[in-house]
Amino acid sequence: MKNKFEVKSIIKRLVSPIEQFFSPLSKKLNKINREISEKYNNSKYVRIFNHPVFFILPYIVLFSLIILLPTIISAALSLTYYNTIQFPDFIYLENYINLLTNDSVFLQSAIANTIKWGVIVGPAGYILSFFLAWLLSQVTHRMRTIYTLCIYSPSITGPIMMSVLWRVIFSGDQSGYINYVLLKLGLITNPIVFLQDPNLLFIIMVLIALWSSAGIGFLAMIAGMLNIDRTLYEAAYIDGIKNRWQEIFYITIPSMKPQMLFGAVMAIVGSFNVSGIASALSGGNPPPQYVGWMIMDHANDYGFIRYEMGYASAVAIILLVIVFVFNKVSYKLFGNNE
Amino acid sequence: MSIQNTMFNPKRYHKSQLKFHFVLLPLSIFMSLPIIFIINNAFKPLTELFAYPPKFFVRQPTLDNFRLLFDFSKESGIPMSRYLFNSVISATIVVILSVILSSITAFALSKLRFKAKNTLFKINTFALMFVPIAVAIPRYLIIVNMGLFNTYAAHIIPLLAMPVGLFLVKQFTDQVPDELLDAAKIDGASNWKIYTKVILPLVKPALVTVAVLSFQASWGNVEASNNLIDKESLRTLPFYLGTLMNSTGNVIASAGIGAVASLISFVPNLLIFIFLQNKVMESMAQSGIK
Repeated sequence: MKNKFEVKSIIKRLVSPIEQFFSPLSKKLNKINREISEKYNNSKYVRIFNHPVFFILPYIVLFSLIILLPTIISAALSLTYYNTIQFPDFIYLENYINLLTNDSVFLQSAIANTIKWGVIVGPAGYILSFFLAWLLSQVTHRMRTIYTLCIYSPSITGPIMMSVLWRVIFSGDQSGYINYVLLKLGLITNPIVFLQDPNLLFIIMVLIALWSSAGIGFLAMIAGMLNIDRTLYEAAYIDGIKNRWQEIFYITIPSMKPQMLFGAVMAIVGSFNVSGIASALSGGNPPPQYVGWMIMDHANDYGFIRYEMGYASAVAIILLVIVFVFNKVSYKLFGNNE
Repeated sequence: MSIQNTMFNPKRYHKSQLKFHFVLLPLSIFMSLPIIFIINNAFKPLTELFAYPPKFFVRQPTLDNFRLLFDFSKESGIPMSRYLFNSVISATIVVILSVILSSITAFALSKLRFKAKNTLFKINTFALMFVPIAVAIPRYLIIVNMGLFNTYAAHIIPLLAMPVGLFLVKQFTDQVPDELLDAAKIDGASNWKIYTKVILPLVKPALVTVAVLSFQASWGNVEASNNLIDKESLRTLPFYLGTLMNSTGNVIASAGIGAVASLISFVPNLLIFIFLQNKVMESMAQSGIK
């Protein structure tokens, strides 16, 4: 303690001559500053500078550059043949026609897998998040904090874990954890080759996705739930609500509709945003028999491996359309119908 | 059933909460198993990493894997500290800029009056649904044409416009009462003064959330290192750690290095979330879409 004070006083002693040296200058600067601000306050300059445009312009510029413009370029490129070396060659809808009639990998694997994925992982992860949030809202603050941390943590780590952790756990030989346990229990006699078996791989992918599904939407749902007015529940019990199911359906969900919609949007985007899980797990690109081959994988394949940018853009645009359609559905379900 | 035991967010422990703990406790343990596993793995000596039967917990913790990683990075042309430095610098800049950007824009969209305000917010909400990797290709073209290829800006610029962040802060700013701003205006405060003196202190929780989200986005981002940069000395840590496991070509060494690498890339995210989670939850309460 004493030392701290000593240090402080030493610093003061060192700094004070410098301060004294600069004090006339800084006083002068302050004066000039005050004069300027008095002169220009409410003047034309300040009023112009106060215009809302200055507040939104940086974001709009960046938003356009990073999100809007790329989408438009993508849409335009999807109508061309573009191999990144020659100038794009306009070919109308040929890319789309090829995609939807000729590309069997796209039709049988990419589209089918992505929609299957979206329909399974999206709603399941969403319901799981809601259920977890509801459970968490029923316990005291301290414990809730710890549980929340545990449940949220997988969604932070997501992709990092993929190649290191899950490949070890589901390893195809007897040193894999799951295989070891199953062998030990005598349930199987030979180790199961989890990550090369097309049927099992997809199931494992779904499990991993559900494991990391409690993300930002989940946080929003807990917060929304805790924000519900307590008296609503009391009133409802007086009005004759009997059990927790009624409580959930008549009060909890209607009171947190905005958060439910936010969670739904996040769940949909998250579940369509996947790529490369199958390759990371199985260690091969493409994965065996194109299991878990997503639309995004297809786009990356054509864009960055074969350099057929036009074709890849068409794939990406189709994905955007699919995501948009699914979101429209969730807005219908949870949106405020005013 | 009495009202008492169906209350959400209870103040103190009650016997009826036991059943929730009964579900939550195993679930939380199950969810955090992989993380415990990663932490344990990083300290396992090679004999334990490849032990049969496989062991979950570490028996004789060592720092061998860390040493292995540093030795390996010494041999490669660029030391690991360089990648770490790149990651830290770009994450810091991304966090600071995206917090400023989203709060200024949210203030304007929420409290200032101008044309097309609602349309802009609608476009932003629409962009929540946006799948970023869907436009990786045109984004690459734009970055190249702006002359940002092979610069730090390639790590930073693509992450700055964060529709989710703007959305969260805007919803939070909506809760600031207009009377407060009117009072400031009567005292002669300019919009910039209102923003720095009134809005910023009040929306801090939402800004913390934006900071957490943008840090997570930046820390784990490999897209820039993959597509927008081809100079090894400008690439970031997650990219380096990702390539390590493939490039060592030595299964035994790469398992140890991989375990340490995933620990390093995951711990900062977790720590930041632990320290800031209260603020995050506070801001999430306003996060709904109407």
